[in-house]
Amino acid sequence: MRARLINKHEAAILAPLRDFTNADRLLWAILVGLIAVGGYAYYQQWTFGLGVTGLNRPVYWGVYITNFVFFIGLAHSGTFISAILRLAGASWRKPLVRAAEAITIFSLPFGVSSILIDMGRPERAFNIIFYGRFQSPLLWDFTAVSLYMFSSVVFFYLSLLPDIALCRDRLTEAPAWQRQMYRLLALGWEGNPEQYHRLEGVLDGMAIFMTLLVVTVHTVVSWVFGMTLQPGWHTALIGPFFLLGAIFSGTAAVVIALAVLRRVYHLEDILPINLFNSLRKLLIVFTLGWLYMMVAEYLTIYYGGVTEEMLVFWQKFTDDFAGMFWLMVLLVFVIPLFIFVFLGKDRIGWMVTACVLVNVGMWLERYVVIVPTETRPRLIYELVLGDYSPTWVEGAITAALFSGMILLYAAFTRYFPIVPVWETAEEAEEKPGETVTAPRRRWGTVGKTAPK
Amino acid sequence: MGFGFFYMRWSMVIDLDKCVACQGCSVACRFENNTPVVKPDEAIKGRAIRWNDVFPLPINPKEETGEYPNVKTRYLTRPCMHCENPPCVKVCPVQATFKNEEGIVQQNYARCIGCRFCTVACPYGVRYFNWHEPEWEGSLATHLNPDRLEGDGDLEGPAIRPKGIVEKCTFCIHRLQKARARADSEKRAFRPDEYIPACVQTCTGKARFFGDLDDPNSTVSLLAKSPRAFRVLEDVGTHPKVIYLKEG
Repeated sequence: MRARLINKHEAAILAPLRDFTNADRLLWAILVGLIAVGGYAYYQQWTFGLGVTGLNRPVYWGVYITNFVFFIGLAHSGTFISAILRLAGASWRKPLVRAAEAITIFSLPFGVSSILIDMGRPERAFNIIFYGRFQSPLLWDFTAVSLYMFSSVVFFYLSLLPDIALCRDRLTEAPAWQRQMYRLLALGWEGNPEQYHRLEGVLDGMAIFMTLLVVTVHTVVSWVFGMTLQPGWHTALIGPFFLLGAIFSGTAAVVIALAVLRRVYHLEDILPINLFNSLRKLLIVFTLGWLYMMVAEYLTIYYGGVTEEMLVFWQKFTDDFAGMFWLMVLLVFVIPLFIFVFLGKDRIGWMVTACVLVNVGMWLERYVVIVPTETRPRLIYELVLGDYSPTWVEGAITAALFSGMILLYAAFTRYFPIVPVWETAEEAEEKPGETVTAPRRRWGTVGKTAPK
Repeated sequence: MGFGFFYMRWSMVIDLDKCVACQGCSVACRFENNTPVVKPDEAIKGRAIRWNDVFPLPINPKEETGEYPNVKTRYLTRPCMHCENPPCVKVCPVQATFKNEEGIVQQNYARCIGCRFCTVACPYGVRYFNWHEPEWEGSLATHLNPDRLEGDGDLEGPAIRPKGIVEKCTFCIHRLQKARARADSEKRAFRPDEYIPACVQTCTGKARFFGDLDDPNSTVSLLAKSPRAFRVLEDVGTHPKVIYLKEG
């Protein structure tokens, strides 16, 4: 018989699924409450129109579109780690893949919802399908994001499949509906080598496809702005800029999620500190990359001195949006880089702090890309005094979207293992009657065969 | 389509020397096209809808206009430019806005999903959004223009539109349709001078002209050749069809 792989951490990984505390109940109650308030806010908007927001002429796009770009950006975390790093052969990523992909799965729907929430006539959303014109960047957006959502769900589900089967087999004390759910979702997975072989093949193929999608999706999102003629938006650099920003904020979100999971579910052995150190190195590269993009963009604008570009430039650097712009630079670059380089190694607390700042800063960054350009149009004289003040409706809906994402994520971690059991299984000596997690992997670890 | 039908290229010429910025054009447009009225608090937020807008130049609030009496400021009256290369049409995801064969950039209220991509793409700011359900009070409500362009999933012109969609100047396309229909029913060819938008009709200073740019003998073609002729934001590549004659 061949050597089998077991996962000595299996019990620890499955432990959160066997528990449901009062802290969970409290968290879910708060999140549901926030979602309810957001629901009421949207009801106001549905009844009275988008006039209940702070949007105006010329600031037609504001918080909702910022949320859209932000959530789609967050979604790049999972794909970057599970697809791109998979192709790069970075095996250290294995314990994190599912936690990262879960961010993708649970943030994409809220990105899409943000667009629907922003529409003046959301009940006509199907017009995009019936009358869609590919001349419009919004159609490219719709296609790319739909494809991305669909393939992420498939990729996620397939990676989850062996572990659903594991839950089906192990969690015998779970309530009947839960066991039935595992049985249905496991699709009869038996865990024989042939099934694993096929699964690995599909995941490899999908990883290539997903990598292409990652590059396409956020570039296409940025082209909604880049393809107009507006100063500040119409720049060739907007594609790479948004793409890097997405991977940056996504990776920072993964660090936050991992740190929380590690603490709350006591996964210290399974998510060791060197994972965070590896992510730290990536984050340093991304932070410096972001600086490069900013300098390239703003130095070019400043040096050229084109009138309408300079109006938007000064809006960001010294005028109405200066506070937000410089706060953003501080939160995305200055403080996190300092923390990553000097304080982050082996210290999860500092890493999480820096990553939270990065994500707050990146939300501000999207806002600062979108709104200042709108406040300095070429030919609108009454700029409502160049002003945009979001109302409680926009705030409540934003809070509801974030709550929704966190709720789905938290619920997921109580029903499915957040660390992939089958992917982190290791080689072990054959012992008769021992619980088996997974047979030898296609690219196996060191070849050790027990005597037949 | 009718007797001797052929496509025109509709264009407007506005002589800024004759314009006195009385805003009669803006008012006429609003009554002709059933533009929704907004309350003062909404107007302060910049949500007033003016398909034709009259505003001072320079736009940039920081640009020097000089000290009285040596003030350099002027007024521009601005309808939709009905560009030959419209950036708004490029970005509409559902073809709610499109350019027809006669160069009019149309807006279909029945199909618009209210994404406002066209409003942010237009460099001239000619597009407006319905932030609330349109309403008219008192005598305004009893004097709405019943004209509308409707049919087959299409709703345009002065038709009462719902909240959440975009609207803009249509060069009074309903008047074009009426003029063509009248010519058809009288079994004769349609003449370009039978069609005139409300703003052109009402202009106090007789500063506005309208006609077919493809006809070398039309007023607009002759005026377009004037050394005073210019178009707004010419360098941006939109090829607007509203031609201004600068003060000379």
